[in-house]
Amino acid sequence: MTENISCRNFEKVNDILEKYDYRPSNLISILQEVQEIYRYLPEEILTYISTAMGIAPARVFGVATFYENFSLEPKGKNVIKVCNGTACHVRKSDKILSTVRETLNLKNGAKTTDDMLFTLETVSCLGACGLAPVVVVNDRVYGNMTPEKVVQLINEIMEGSRNDQDS
Amino acid sequence: MEKTIKINGREISFTNERNLLEVIRKAGIELPTFCYHSELSVYGACRMCLVEDERGRIMAACSTPPRPGMSIKTHTERLVRQRRVTLELLLANHDRECTSCVKSGSCRLQELARILGIKNIRFGQKKGRLPIDDSSPAIVRDPNKCILCGDCVRMCEEIQGIGVIGFAYRGSEARVTPPFNKNISEVNCVDCGQCAAVCPTGAITVASHMEKVWNALYDPAKTVVAQIAPAVRVSLGEEFGLKPGAVTSGKIIGALKKMGFDMVFDTCFAADLTAVEESHEFLERLSGKKRLPQFTSCCPAWVKYVELNYPDFKDNLSSCRSPQQMFGSVMKGIYAKKLGIDPEEIFVVSIMPCTAKKAEAQREEFSKGGIPDVDAVLTTQEMARMVREAGIIFDEVEEMPFDMPMGFATGGGLIFGGGEGVATAVIRTLGREPVFRTHGEGGQIKTAEIEYDGKIIKTAAVSGLNNAKKLLEAIRAGKEYYDLVEVMACSGGCVGGGGQPQPNTSDARESRKKGLLGSEKLMQLKSPAENPIIKDLYRDHLYSPGSEKAHEMLHTTYRNRKRIDGEICFSEDIKKAGKVSVKVCVGTCCYLSGAYELFSALKEIANEEKFKDRIELSATFCLENCAKSPCVMVDDTIIGKATVEKVIDEVIKRF
Repeated sequence: MTENISCRNFEKVNDILEKYDYRPSNLISILQEVQEIYRYLPEEILTYISTAMGIAPARVFGVATFYENFSLEPKGKNVIKVCNGTACHVRKSDKILSTVRETLNLKNGAKTTDDMLFTLETVSCLGACGLAPVVVVNDRVYGNMTPEKVVQLINEIMEGSRNDQDS
Repeated sequence: MEKTIKINGREISFTNERNLLEVIRKAGIELPTFCYHSELSVYGACRMCLVEDERGRIMAACSTPPRPGMSIKTHTERLVRQRRVTLELLLANHDRECTSCVKSGSCRLQELARILGIKNIRFGQKKGRLPIDDSSPAIVRDPNKCILCGDCVRMCEEIQGIGVIGFAYRGSEARVTPPFNKNISEVNCVDCGQCAAVCPTGAITVASHMEKVWNALYDPAKTVVAQIAPAVRVSLGEEFGLKPGAVTSGKIIGALKKMGFDMVFDTCFAADLTAVEESHEFLERLSGKKRLPQFTSCCPAWVKYVELNYPDFKDNLSSCRSPQQMFGSVMKGIYAKKLGIDPEEIFVVSIMPCTAKKAEAQREEFSKGGIPDVDAVLTTQEMARMVREAGIIFDEVEEMPFDMPMGFATGGGLIFGGGEGVATAVIRTLGREPVFRTHGEGGQIKTAEIEYDGKIIKTAAVSGLNNAKKLLEAIRAGKEYYDLVEVMACSGGCVGGGGQPQPNTSDARESRKKGLLGSEKLMQLKSPAENPIIKDLYRDHLYSPGSEKAHEMLHTTYRNRKRIDGEICFSEDIKKAGKVSVKVCVGTCCYLSGAYELFSALKEIANEEKFKDRIELSATFCLENCAKSPCVMVDDTIIGKATVEKVIDEVIKRF
């Protein structure tokens, strides 16, 4: 955490606070927008937000950890969301989840790969139960998934990023 | 017309009770609770106080207001079963190593499990244990024993106004933790221990010094000396079946002697000394109109609170050490010589109502050559435990007097233990008797005006840090003016300290204070200035109040503190060629002194033609120069009380 807050992003955080009038009841919206800037919620920024809004850091931390949507760790370039809602669960989404974990070599509850290429998340129902089990990669929905299909999908993304690097 | 409700078929009248629970308890029926404390907001989380209405609806009594005509039952078969299941579920997640838990015997969870007759727990134990946090000098957190009642969270936030700990995560992962899962010692905890005072289980307990003290007592080479704080003598008896407020000094001294203490002195003596020094300091400030209001500095939690949150008021704190530390300093610095004992061989134990005193004794300001002035601090609860460990029957202990000379105190020193006591003693030393009256809304602030030397001196006394915060804000905004302000971190003052016996309710606090005041009435001398031993001490060793020697031995300094560890994040990157680096600190204090406005102004200037591409502007956290906020760092120079002009001047120097 020896990173200084870059000037441009820091101004954006302040604009967001300003926009929501520093009101504690707007904390969730503020955190959402701040997360869009950094792709996660850096600790220093949360401390800053709590100072600026006059809320205890423990409370801001509580809100940030309560919602699945917020991440306190930097997220990978590609975010894979495996739905584990009721419909997906009964159609064996657990298998898909464990396959993704294995394929990406995510051990001990790690969410992001060491190369920062992937982040794995679970979500509770995406409202696409007709397509269960559902996987969402970078906001694109893939329905009727199987462990085989998800491995293929991951390989394609890896391939793509390798090509990006080459070119 | 009289309002009534029916409880278990019996007609009970009520007036302004806030909830059903209060009415039920008033009717002499005991409902179990974990999360209900009359001083805190109603939380309704533990589901122990469930009641049933005539239609069979179940509700929590603590969060249901009484309505006339209601008919409720408190112990139906269904309710009892429900309570048992809830408790069983709480126990399933709980570390049930009761026999080795310090809370065993005074644990509310254990007590309710017994009362409700829990015989077996049908649910499996939660897997995985969370680490114990013993980083703090005052408290130990064991999250594996937490039942998520939230008492500590609300105490810290509502009464103390700090919010060091909070709920985090959710569902089965939910836990109470400092922000970012840091250790308590890495965040803005002031060590007051009020969280431990309300915790119903062993999840937050007081860091123990008992072993240290036993080791010293067993060591024949050590001379072990005790000092007893005023608030301990009116509360220790509670541990042995006496009512809060019962004065037991004689028995405490007797018990300590039996345990092997060589000498037992009175912290009230040192409190007299504090009052004398502090009143001298006060007169100096008053005549110079400097650093007013003077804040008392006896409460280490309050001192740390100012260091953390109000660095601009740091110089307003009296530079006097607290009675505990004055005692230690005089004991090892002066009295040891008189006794012909090497200070290294003297082991000073304070018996305190307080957990923050443990942290205070460990402050580096209070050590000389690596030897602390006070070696160990026992809370009232620890003292009681040691009495039992030693096999002493407290009731039968023969009463003994304090040892001389440091066992002689005046009434002024004695009342330090209750709210307004320190301010009263300081004013009394000036030869006046203040009469404190409640002031403003809620009556949380007490004030007194006295006439002195043709002037009116305004004093205020406040306890509970949230109340202190309000007062500080009012003073800062110029809405209130005082010359002398006493602040005690715990509600009711030291009698309500985090190390006092449980239950540490407002009623108990009030009774203890009454005990102190009752005992003060019997004392011959009231003003600390009249204490003959203190007069001797000045004559032979310290010369006069405020002398150089007195400053060396009895005064201290304060420091800036970061609120959260890791707030600093200097950039390690290599300076961009030709650019001057300008870092604006946006840590708490700087932010509140307008750091962001400064940042915005600098940003505009940096975009001007003259400076374009020559300034590398960034924001950073905490340069640890909080007293001079806002701060800006230009290359490696820190500018305190920074303004746009000051920063630009510094930048231009570098072109």
